[in-house]
Amino acid sequence: MPDQTLDRLDVVAELLKDRGDALVVTGLGSSTYDVSALGDNHRNFYLWGAMGGAAAIGLGLALAQPETPVIVITGDGEMLMGAGSLATIAKQSPGNLKIVVLDNGHYGETGMQEAHTNTVTDLTMMAKGAGIKQSITITDHAGVQQLVDGITRIENASTFAVIKVSAKSYFRAETVAKTIKDGAYNRARVRVALGVGIE
Amino acid sequence: MSIDWPETIYQKLKDVGVAQVSYVPDAGHTKLINAVIADPEIHSVSLTSEEEGVALTTGAWLGGDKSVLLMQSSGVGNCVNMLSLIKSCKIPFLTLVTMRGEWGEFNPWQVPMGSTTQTSFEMMGVHVMRINDPSEVSEVLAAATRMVFEGGSSVAILLSQKLIGAKVFEEAK
Repeated sequence: MPDQTLDRLDVVAELLKDRGDALVVTGLGSSTYDVSALGDNHRNFYLWGAMGGAAAIGLGLALAQPETPVIVITGDGEMLMGAGSLATIAKQSPGNLKIVVLDNGHYGETGMQEAHTNTVTDLTMMAKGAGIKQSITITDHAGVQQLVDGITRIENASTFAVIKVSAKSYFRAETVAKTIKDGAYNRARVRVALGVGIE
Repeated sequence: MSIDWPETIYQKLKDVGVAQVSYVPDAGHTKLINAVIADPEIHSVSLTSEEEGVALTTGAWLGGDKSVLLMQSSGVGNCVNMLSLIKSCKIPFLTLVTMRGEWGEFNPWQVPMGSTTQTSFEMMGVHVMRINDPSEVSEVLAAATRMVFEGGSSVAILLSQKLIGAKVFEEAK
């Protein structure tokens, strides 16, 4: 029985602490707000919509920038909506792509309704079944630390990690207001940071 | 002399340096997909659903890669919400869509999506071009790739069922 005592804010801070020049793509909702609040960076791309697209955006980015680590940080609901992309990623399996799911078992953005992952669904098993061999579930700080240690390493295949976090909800009005909402600006900011030009 | 239009499309995509091609397979795209798979300079990405290709295109562009999405008209509806990315983030977007349900179609289930393909793109702000005859392929591809990769627009090229030929089931060999 996993104890879901990990706090999402601690986990996100850990994930970003030694990111170096890694690119970070965030799924809509809490993942976007928390990454923005704890480590805004010109190499971050924040989704405010396009639910289910975070992992596939990470794939396109990882294929385009094979020498740069690409970390997707998203929620369990967002990942479930893009579940098919796990198979697409497994087939390509770029070693610079790390997908991290902050799994609180709920849809935080819409009022904490229960998600399938809270009871019957195991996203790690789904990723394994899709063909991502390096798929793990993390339930404690030691596990988070182990993931963080290798998160900027270019491996020979993609990594998928579900981190079980508590379903505690946060009041984020200020954080939300400070998160970049202009997608075109965000797109240009990432491209300039990578030196691939604005257009 | 007949024009090998899938080869023409492939050459036009090569001319502008397309580095990622994603697709949900379609019979009409077979030759183009095979050419892309055989090309070591292009990442060919097989998708489980078309909207993944819209997201992939966005990620590719963030990282400096030009990308093209291949699909059949039945997959266009799957992309609608994901096309928010293209509009909100102003991502250059080019998709080539083989049409079903519009010309000699034997399967009535293809008609609802086939007859609303253009509308679906246009309601999400994607400019639509159409190719009915092999002789048009070269100039339409040139115009579209220029609009997309030089102008930053989003364009869907519909390859009409008349161009491709209505699907006929062949006997298994």
